[in-house]
Amino acid sequence: MADGTGGRETIMATREIAAHEIHAHAAPQGFIRKWVFSLDHKVIGLQYYFLALTAVFVGMFLSLLMRIHLIWPNVPLPLLGEIKPETYLSLLTMHGTIMVFFVLTTAPQGGFGNYFLPIQIGAADMAFPVLNMLSFWITFLGYIVMLSAFFVVGGAPLHGWTGYPPLSALPTAGPGEGAGADLWVISIALFCVGALMSALNFITTTLDMRARGMSMMRMPLTCWAWFITAILGLLAFGVLFSAGILLLLDRNAGTSFFVPLVVVNGQLAAHKGGSPLLWQHLFWFFGHPEVYIAILPAMGLCSQLVSVFSRKPIFGYKAMVYAMLSIGFLGFMVWGHHMFMSGMSPYTAFAFSVMTMAIGVPSAIKTFNWLGTLWGGRIRLYSPMLFAIGFVSLFVSGGISGPFLAQPVLDIPLHDTYFVTGHFHLIMGVASIFGIFAATYYWFPKMFGRMMSESLARWHFWFTLIGTYAIFMPMHYLGMAGATRRYSQFTELAYLRDLIPLQKFITYAAIVTIAGQFIFLFNLFWSMKYGKKAGDNPWEATTLEWTTATPPPHDNFAGRTPTVYNGPYEYSVPGAPRDYVMQNDPTTVAAH
Amino acid sequence: MPPHPNDGDDFGSPFFDVRLRRARLGLVVGLTGIVMIFISFSSAYVVRQGLPTLDPRTNVLLHDWFPVPLPRLMLINTAVLLISTITMELARRHAARKVALGELAAVPGVSVNAEEKVSWLALTVVLGLSFLAGQWLVWRDLAASGFYVSTSPSSSFVYLLTGMHGVHLFGGVVALLTAGVGSLLHRRADSQSIVLDVTGWYWHFMALLWVYILCLLEFVH
Repeated sequence: MADGTGGRETIMATREIAAHEIHAHAAPQGFIRKWVFSLDHKVIGLQYYFLALTAVFVGMFLSLLMRIHLIWPNVPLPLLGEIKPETYLSLLTMHGTIMVFFVLTTAPQGGFGNYFLPIQIGAADMAFPVLNMLSFWITFLGYIVMLSAFFVVGGAPLHGWTGYPPLSALPTAGPGEGAGADLWVISIALFCVGALMSALNFITTTLDMRARGMSMMRMPLTCWAWFITAILGLLAFGVLFSAGILLLLDRNAGTSFFVPLVVVNGQLAAHKGGSPLLWQHLFWFFGHPEVYIAILPAMGLCSQLVSVFSRKPIFGYKAMVYAMLSIGFLGFMVWGHHMFMSGMSPYTAFAFSVMTMAIGVPSAIKTFNWLGTLWGGRIRLYSPMLFAIGFVSLFVSGGISGPFLAQPVLDIPLHDTYFVTGHFHLIMGVASIFGIFAATYYWFPKMFGRMMSESLARWHFWFTLIGTYAIFMPMHYLGMAGATRRYSQFTELAYLRDLIPLQKFITYAAIVTIAGQFIFLFNLFWSMKYGKKAGDNPWEATTLEWTTATPPPHDNFAGRTPTVYNGPYEYSVPGAPRDYVMQNDPTTVAAH
Repeated sequence: MPPHPNDGDDFGSPFFDVRLRRARLGLVVGLTGIVMIFISFSSAYVVRQGLPTLDPRTNVLLHDWFPVPLPRLMLINTAVLLISTITMELARRHAARKVALGELAAVPGVSVNAEEKVSWLALTVVLGLSFLAGQWLVWRDLAASGFYVSTSPSSSFVYLLTGMHGVHLFGGVVALLTAGVGSLLHRRADSQSIVLDVTGWYWHFMALLWVYILCLLEFVH
């Protein structure tokens, strides 16, 4: 590992362009302004990150309860007692919602994006700091409202993270569909508002605040990923917000947007003529881009890390950018593939199917480019790199079942089985989580000034990689054997009896994997205090965050604005004095 | 080296035009998000019209979409809102002129009269609030003639679209009030001008959106 002096020299090399530049808001002093209602994008990034960290442990605990219940259905559980079918559905709903919104959407974009986008493009802060603070606090409020659904009469809702009506629209449809479901919808609407404001900030910052010389095509691929993710968020969250408003009206104002004439518990509900399919269209118009909102930042980060730790320029930078753009674009055309089971003209289904399989093309381009970057590189297998390679592995294994499910004729038998659970957990869930882990190990030295323990990180990596494969690969077999998802109990079902050992195996694997996450938690907090002191550029990377102090000062570059002369992936440059050239290094421009 | 937009690094940039451009860019991005919200409502509106519903007594599929007769008052409200866009534009231009003249006034020996005779800003706030009050009366009219939120799918959409538009317009009123309070407190004229500029464009967009909603309710049913 480098001794960390590389960054210092380049700080010296940074040209001071304008001495008059003053940061708009001076560094605040009091605890409240500095750490609570902070306008500093770095603090806000950390706030998002720690929000996601608490959320991921809540979500993980819920999944543990579900797994335990599935193999020991009659054992009362801690905090919950006996698990009734509706309790199981509440666990499922809250697990999905918390994980998708408050972890996968929050940490990669709100957390790392907020912290590193401005630094990587050479800006002092986000474009609208006050709006940025509001985004976080609205998201936080949404999180509190979501958690409070556990504690109201009837408990948490049952309708899954997709909230399909009529179940989600009728307070009488089941326990948890009363106050709990109202809180769920309100929380989602709040989250949408926060996410929209955040997207506005990301887009404006990327377009308007790049440092001198930082053209779009010199941005690190992480910045491209955050930028494209923000565009997806801007276009998708408004739609979910609208759908949420309509659902709230159906629930509380007696309207019939989504509720058809329906009999609930023997009673004719006071609605008629609405369409549950309308919700599904609106929801999935958001929901499919949401998958890419979760995964794109991890893709950008993976590109970054594969290049840094292979000591090679990324293979096909432009191809990577265009692949991400086309994934984002196609992501808006494929929502119908979530609805093959909901009743759809075969012609429509065919169109959605073809569009979905088309996403395989840019995804394959990205995968081959990652492999092409690794090929012949001088690979340094530090923990961020391990997780980046783990991400590629999970992306391929989880993605390969995508083209299966994209075909209506295969999706219809597989849709409501564990096959789908295995598929989306691998590609959207764990792959994106691997991105978060990789980002944590990579940027921890910059954020906290110390290194995380490398040996603990390796233990954590192998636990998690083997563990997640052990959990989610068998689910594909369960699905093909016909094990239905969302059922709280199938130990009684004769045709699934032979699969009980496999279910038990999954639960044991889940327990071990979850236990392994405490290695990470320990490493995170222990290293903040006792980790080895980090230099300014411990990974010998080229992007701008490694040119500034550790941790970065309030305005990121201590009064200087960097000027960028090079692309983000100048590794092993022929003729350069070192094997990497910093983005702001003017001296080696002529050398290549 | 030519000046670069990032030279003043953020909202506190000493460069007025950099800040103005950044705020306008933010507005365009923000309006895109708002457009998506109303596109969703519009598509729901069109889809819902075509849906049949089952009559439980006769077991026949019926269409339950009956257009709501829109109160005349809506046209008056529309006129009020359209007039307010003119006053808004005058307020916006006046604020911009004040900034330009402010630079001139800094030159010794030059006196500049930048006061306006009519407070276009205050007039816009009044017109905006009158529009919102008018919309409230429209709702009362609708209720008086038996059209409540849940009466029919079309009446649900009338309340939904007018309500959502009203909420957004109210946001514009709040922004104008903050600008007004700022100018009463003699805050920096250029900051006021940026707020007014962005709110001005937002206001015009809200007027356009209202005309769109009105056409949707009046002609697409």
